[in-house]
Amino acid sequence: MSIDQGTAAKVAKLARIQVAEDDLPALAGEFNNILGFIEQLNEVDVDGVEPMVSVTPMRLKRRKDGVTDGNQQEKVLSNAPDAREGFFAVPKVVE
Amino acid sequence: MSDLNKLKIAEARDALRKGDVTSVELTEACLSAIEGAGALNAVVHKTPEIALEQAKAADARIKSGDAPAMCGIPLGIKDLFCTKGVASQAASRILQGFKPEYESTVTTQLFDAGAVMLGKLNMDEFAMGSSNETSVYGNAVNPWRRGNDEAALTPGGSSGGSASAVAADLCLAATGTDTGGSIRQPAAFTGITGIKPTYGRCSRWGIVAFASSLDQAGPMTKDVRDAAIMLQAMCGHDPKDSTSADLAVPDFEAMLTGDIKGKTIGIPREYHMDGMPEEIEALWAEGRKMLQDAGAKIVDISLPHTKYALPAYYVIAPAEASSNLARYDGVRYGHRATLAQGDGITEMYEKTRAEGFGAEVQRRVMVGTYVLSAGFYDAYYNRARKVRTLIKKDFEDVFAQGVDAILTPATPSAAFGLGEMKDADPVQMYLNDVFTVTVNLAGLPGISVPAGLDRQGLPLGLQLIGRPWEEGDLLNTAYALEQAAGFVAKPAKWW
Repeated sequence: MSIDQGTAAKVAKLARIQVAEDDLPALAGEFNNILGFIEQLNEVDVDGVEPMVSVTPMRLKRRKDGVTDGNQQEKVLSNAPDAREGFFAVPKVVE
Repeated sequence: MSDLNKLKIAEARDALRKGDVTSVELTEACLSAIEGAGALNAVVHKTPEIALEQAKAADARIKSGDAPAMCGIPLGIKDLFCTKGVASQAASRILQGFKPEYESTVTTQLFDAGAVMLGKLNMDEFAMGSSNETSVYGNAVNPWRRGNDEAALTPGGSSGGSASAVAADLCLAATGTDTGGSIRQPAAFTGITGIKPTYGRCSRWGIVAFASSLDQAGPMTKDVRDAAIMLQAMCGHDPKDSTSADLAVPDFEAMLTGDIKGKTIGIPREYHMDGMPEEIEALWAEGRKMLQDAGAKIVDISLPHTKYALPAYYVIAPAEASSNLARYDGVRYGHRATLAQGDGITEMYEKTRAEGFGAEVQRRVMVGTYVLSAGFYDAYYNRARKVRTLIKKDFEDVFAQGVDAILTPATPSAAFGLGEMKDADPVQMYLNDVFTVTVNLAGLPGISVPAGLDRQGLPLGLQLIGRPWEEGDLLNTAYALEQAAGFVAKPAKWW
């Protein structure tokens, strides 16, 4: 499996990371190195093996479906790069 | 008392309780050691006012007769832990300026027990790295050097600042986190002790997430006793982390008898790596002999899927990271890129993440995105999770055969020079975690204990791997190893 520049660009897009056109060949090369390393996993016979879901066999705790927290608008917004009138502000999404 | 910053937790605790020293004195000694250690770049956000306030409160508490073991003990806190009102940016540009409105569970427990925070410690960005060279703060530096050679060495990673700070006596101990070896490898590189507990022992709440199924916090300390004391304060069930175990936390320190007679120690044949330095092989053989002389039974064991642990890790960890790091979008906290005329929300995400994430983090996020993408999910991610099941089964099989703990080298080499791996392919750097990563994949406790020096005078560590939830037994075996190894060397001060 070899990754070309087009695939590298597509992955960057999916990851929402801007990558300059000039940097794509190097990025594709690095992906190929890492994926080449990962290819070793194909040597393992995994027939009938369950994929791991939880490393410790425990049942997750349940709790009542109720409000346990809230009323912290100021704290929630305190680290926002742009907060206005009690909301997070972002560039226009809908024309 | 002089050189108070050089004390261990147990020594300081006893002196505090006797009234021979105050927490304020201990704290001032550490703060002045930190002031003189800029060259190590270990402490990246200093919090002297908080420290002195906490120290005064601890002194009052000790005077009133209420003194938990960690009360008044000055600590360094890895930058990955959210600390209320104090910069917590996971050594990333994308969290520049972020000051949490809340405190992580682990630091809450430590501070509730009276511990003192000296500052936040350097690390690899988002804990992704093995040399502390991916940090936005620049490299942390190892206080150890190769003899008279002045070349700066890595303290390891990702908890490089924690390792450097403890080894250089800037604090009595530090918190670390370990996703693939990030406590144990830096501990080995700096001649200190570091334990990663069983997955679920420490709450992950409030610790910036890297790979949630692998991340665990743990202490980095000057010896095994201190590791036992501090781990106990960090552990415990937390309803805010659904994977945190609702199990009683034993008195780990009380379990340190040093008696390991009749214990069975496994030596896994797959950990003999091609090209491993002779000194590491020799140290491993010595460790085997030390445990045997202490009365343990040594057996050769096989963990057949060891070879596949690193490739499985480099699917699972980036996959989880790509998902966890999706939250850094420039909307709710941290850095947002300056936008050009007409840029929409997608450009905002893409520019923010390109500016905010360093090269290694970008690489891992994209690898994770790829292995989770439609058409590749089964071939990569599901296959890696199946291999992870097999790796865990390897351990279960040897434990079922009666093995109590497993002895391995902690790292495949001593600390290397900063910049030495600059031109190497990323996979070369990943090999640093070859002995530690299996433990995270299997969710087991593992501890690195300093056991000797190499020819150049650099510390080397041995790793012990224990049964799940049996940190107390593991710490006791480590204690026996520590006593037999008698490692007391300290780096000569040059900083």
